[in-house]
Amino acid sequence: MHDLAIFLTISNTSPQPSWNPLDDLAMLFHYEFMIHAFEAGTIVAIVAGAIGYFVVLRSSAFAAHALSHIGFAGATGAVLLSLNPIFGLLAFTLGSGIAIGALGNRVRGRDVTIGIVLAWTLGLGVLFISLYRGYATEAYALLFGEILGISSGDVVVTLVAGVVTVVALVAVYRPLLFASVDEELAGAKGVPVTALSIAFMAILAVAVTEAVQVVGVLLIFALIVTPAAIAVRFTSRPAIAILVGVLLALGFTWLGLSIAFFSPHPVSFFITSLAFATYVAVRLSEPMRLRFSSRAAFTTA
Amino acid sequence: MTEPASAIVARDLSASYGTRPIWSGATFSIPRGSFTAILGPNGGGKSTLIRMILGQMSPAVGSLEVLGQPPHRGNPQIGYIPQGSSFDPELSLRGLDFVGLGIDGHRWGIRLAGRAQAAKAAGAATRAVGAAGYADRPLGRLSGGEQQRLLLAQALVGSPTLLLMDEPLSHLDVRNQGAIVQLISEVWRERQLTILLIAHDVNPLLTHIDHVLYVAHGKVAMGKPADIITSESLSEIYSSPVEVLTDSRGRLFVVGLEEEVSHPHA
Repeated sequence: MHDLAIFLTISNTSPQPSWNPLDDLAMLFHYEFMIHAFEAGTIVAIVAGAIGYFVVLRSSAFAAHALSHIGFAGATGAVLLSLNPIFGLLAFTLGSGIAIGALGNRVRGRDVTIGIVLAWTLGLGVLFISLYRGYATEAYALLFGEILGISSGDVVVTLVAGVVTVVALVAVYRPLLFASVDEELAGAKGVPVTALSIAFMAILAVAVTEAVQVVGVLLIFALIVTPAAIAVRFTSRPAIAILVGVLLALGFTWLGLSIAFFSPHPVSFFITSLAFATYVAVRLSEPMRLRFSSRAAFTTA
Repeated sequence: MTEPASAIVARDLSASYGTRPIWSGATFSIPRGSFTAILGPNGGGKSTLIRMILGQMSPAVGSLEVLGQPPHRGNPQIGYIPQGSSFDPELSLRGLDFVGLGIDGHRWGIRLAGRAQAAKAAGAATRAVGAAGYADRPLGRLSGGEQQRLLLAQALVGSPTLLLMDEPLSHLDVRNQGAIVQLISEVWRERQLTILLIAHDVNPLLTHIDHVLYVAHGKVAMGKPADIITSESLSEIYSSPVEVLTDSRGRLFVVGLEEEVSHPHA
């Protein structure tokens, strides 16, 4: 944040790209805040792209969205108590994640309940912000992300949280996949479905907390849901879908950061727009791809 | 205690949800290698019996023995197709990967060792049910009959001795019902399985089953198809007029359960 503020006051305008890729990259990585942004963005993209596959598979996109909104109240509460907002965010996302996970997949009307809780917690967040006079920038950063203000300490915290989420995801991979596809069947095979549902939401809570730093609570979909939603349109093999999701999330983040560096507009705008544009392009090209692949299947048959 | 000739032995078995009794006093034994249809009106507790055999629900009273052991979750000798198994149209998972979950989907972590054997077993199971042609496609894009074949492949992939199926025919049209029953009957004979199958419409099964277990009026009882598939006993089981007709070639046809069949989840 300070780096950026200083940078902006000194230059007063955005840097101009030279259109020589090497020179432009050198200019990007000349600034420490850009290096930190790339480091944190890379970790977050890997985590978000990977867990996003399960979010899409389990149709729990709304729950992922809700976690980040509920986390907003925790983060603003922490700011009010002069604590690091990340800890408030993590406490609230974890608590609500575990509660949603415990409700399980079979509870109907869950969306309505989650929606009611998230609206109330956003209201709480607004109250906390208003009590913490004068610092609307904190709220803005939480809502829309502030990746250019990440310190080297934040990068280390993000790395630790990222490693924990990826290791946890690998540990529960097979039974989670099984329970996500057919909970009843997985349960009969001895998979502890309720415990897994809670574990998954807890892992998701940590991933959401990390991703909030990059895109903020309102734009979390762009990194967690969109890359995975695109990936499953290309492949029905889980490992490949996860890989494609991670690569897409990395692409959106890196490209978004680079474009934003040379422009006066926020990073989150570019990341979300790249994700959205890719999704739209994939959906629009679908009839063409399907026709092509069915023709290929016909000729090989 | 164990009777090697019996796959499932129930003695004075009762089931209840909390304090609400579902059925009681069930004493029956299902012979190994038999093909049994479980019949009875909706809400009678047919699925409850399956859940008990799977070890997902404990008996309120009495004892139950499954393949010579007390029931326990995750028994590798049991293959299972749950009720209402049809996949979300958006589900983007290959049939082959779904069948693979039947091998080691309950284990922690990712599949490190035994990838080749698992792929081989999943391939063999999909071929055995005639699903090899579409096992590469996403499950959600397949028809009900295709999905049902892959569910059967998943149930068979672990080489079980007991196969439990909860209404595997309910989402299918008549032609697919016949094809799936024919397929089940073939694997039953080839693999010498014991099969328990819950059905609403008994007609597609009539020429294949050798036992009937009926769950009705708080009771569970076993019988031979010749004794149960009669107008009198079916009318009593379903508490509504049911007629069993015989055509000129001696084939039976059950009429009067259409209401049950058309509202299977009412």
